[in-house]
Amino acid sequence: MSRSRLPLITVPALVLALSACGGGTEGTAAPPPAASGSPATQASGGASTEPDGSPSEEPSGGAGTIEGCDPASLETLTDGVLTYATSEPAFEPWMVDNDPTSGQGYESAVAYAVAQTLGYDEAAVEWVRVPFDAAISPGPKDFDAALNQFSITDERRQAVDFSSPYYDVRQAVVTVEGSVAADLTSLEQMGELLFGAQVGTTSLDAIVSAVGPTLQPQVFNSNEDAVNALANGQVDAIVVDLPTAFFATAVQLDGGVILGQLPQGDGEAEQFGMVLDLGSPLTDCVSQAVDALEADGTLDALQAEWLADVAGAPELT
Amino acid sequence: MTRPAAGSVGHRPSPLEVRRRAERARRARRSTLTALGSTVAFAVLLYLGVTSTPGWPRVQAAFLDPSVAVDSLPSILRGMWLNLRVLAVAAVLTVALALVVAVLRTLRGPVWLPLRLLATGYVDLFRGVPLIVLLYLIGFGVPALRFTDGRISSVALGTAAIVLTYSAYVSEVFRAGIETVHPSQRLGARSLGLSYAQSMRLVVLPQAVRRVTPPLLNDFVAMQKDVGLISLLGAVDAVRAAQIAQLDGFNFTPYVVVALLFVLLSVPTARLADWVSIRATRREQAGAVL
Repeated sequence: MSRSRLPLITVPALVLALSACGGGTEGTAAPPPAASGSPATQASGGASTEPDGSPSEEPSGGAGTIEGCDPASLETLTDGVLTYATSEPAFEPWMVDNDPTSGQGYESAVAYAVAQTLGYDEAAVEWVRVPFDAAISPGPKDFDAALNQFSITDERRQAVDFSSPYYDVRQAVVTVEGSVAADLTSLEQMGELLFGAQVGTTSLDAIVSAVGPTLQPQVFNSNEDAVNALANGQVDAIVVDLPTAFFATAVQLDGGVILGQLPQGDGEAEQFGMVLDLGSPLTDCVSQAVDALEADGTLDALQAEWLADVAGAPELT
Repeated sequence: MTRPAAGSVGHRPSPLEVRRRAERARRARRSTLTALGSTVAFAVLLYLGVTSTPGWPRVQAAFLDPSVAVDSLPSILRGMWLNLRVLAVAAVLTVALALVVAVLRTLRGPVWLPLRLLATGYVDLFRGVPLIVLLYLIGFGVPALRFTDGRISSVALGTAAIVLTYSAYVSEVFRAGIETVHPSQRLGARSLGLSYAQSMRLVVLPQAVRRVTPPLLNDFVAMQKDVGLISLLGAVDAVRAAQIAQLDGFNFTPYVVVALLFVLLSVPTARLADWVSIRATRREQAGAVL
């Protein structure tokens, strides 16, 4: 595997590189100065590999940040190695350039931050590619934790373990200029539209529960296919999660428009979590690591770095 | 072969023959019982073997959950209805197009070379392109041309891709059938004054189609399952409906449900194929005993 692509890059250089590569995130690429301190250090996993040696940073991200959770005691697939899974291909803004090992993109960054918190340095993180379905099948897993925008639901908890949520997600309606949907502003007006969504996402449920369209929504294998169908005029509008919506309108679509966010289905926030094997001994530690990153502001900082500011999208009613 | 003796009128079997028959009947009974016993024993062993595996409770929960099956059934059936409609249209169009291509490919005479080349190129191209790739090319490429203002339904585009691929396969089956018809049939027809087209329609094709019916039904069963691939383009077919239901709760039972439905769908075709080939054998051999 081509892990540790950036073994010798110092933290400032890494931050620079990230801002340089962050064109897709439309203006939010440069991390706020306040956030480039300790959270960025954690996310980069650079503390233990820095050539100039900065031992003062060691305690913040070193082994055993969480009691009872360290590489020596965690029953990972391979001793001393944390194996993550994501799909092939993985899409922006979750993974940049389909390369999860870069630490670029929100899910990749979260994965490395969690690894760091659990005491795994960058070199001790492996990635495997696992299709969405395989990640949730009951057989033996070839990963310790999977990140692929898995929404947490109680029903799914009977089949897999979820970590604590690392992102609160909202669903958004996206269309293109020239579509009949382009001027619509309320859910009521959208009943006649032909919608598209990716299979397996809660976007599909969101369409049905929030809009209740008369035409059966079209279902695609990936958000990319849905975006293509929208660009071709094969659907009037698509429903995707908000970060994907921003990425689609900024990068993938000519004249893409976010009509707004759909209301939460039953008042509960929809959240992404890592998927682990049902009853995995790691779930507790991974959850604690995510909780710790949430508590110290790392997740917020990473969201600011990798995900567009979602506050700009209007609420649809 | 002489006329069969057994059972003919007026014949009285000797005591030896009677004993022989009794012995045969006893053996037949015994082998039936043995077959039955071994089948039951095998099934029991298989059942015990599978259910005693350490993962069985989870497999059972993930793949064989009755309540999930019941919940997913209505949407899967709605999807299956789409499969059946697409199948009906695609099958008819495929046969028509394949026949045309096969006939073009078997045209004789130098003047028909362009048509033969065209037909050959068609087969090479659409038999060679993976169906999924073709679906993507047609499903996302054709609408991008924007040659109509309206929207071309994804079902129509998907059906077109299926027909293109399958007619390439099926045309080769037809061509094989046409070429197995002995040249004397064609010559005989022409010498009776039939034109080329008439001899094709009245003499060659009826024999050719009869001969290739089993492989045609084979392709039909394959098509029953492949029409579902149009779901790549957005339409919700039975398999997609099962996938949606599966991802709702990360439970694989809907896949088992849809698998059973497809098996049910293919059984009548399989029996029809058996019946057709038996009938064809009977007719072609016209009472002769093998």
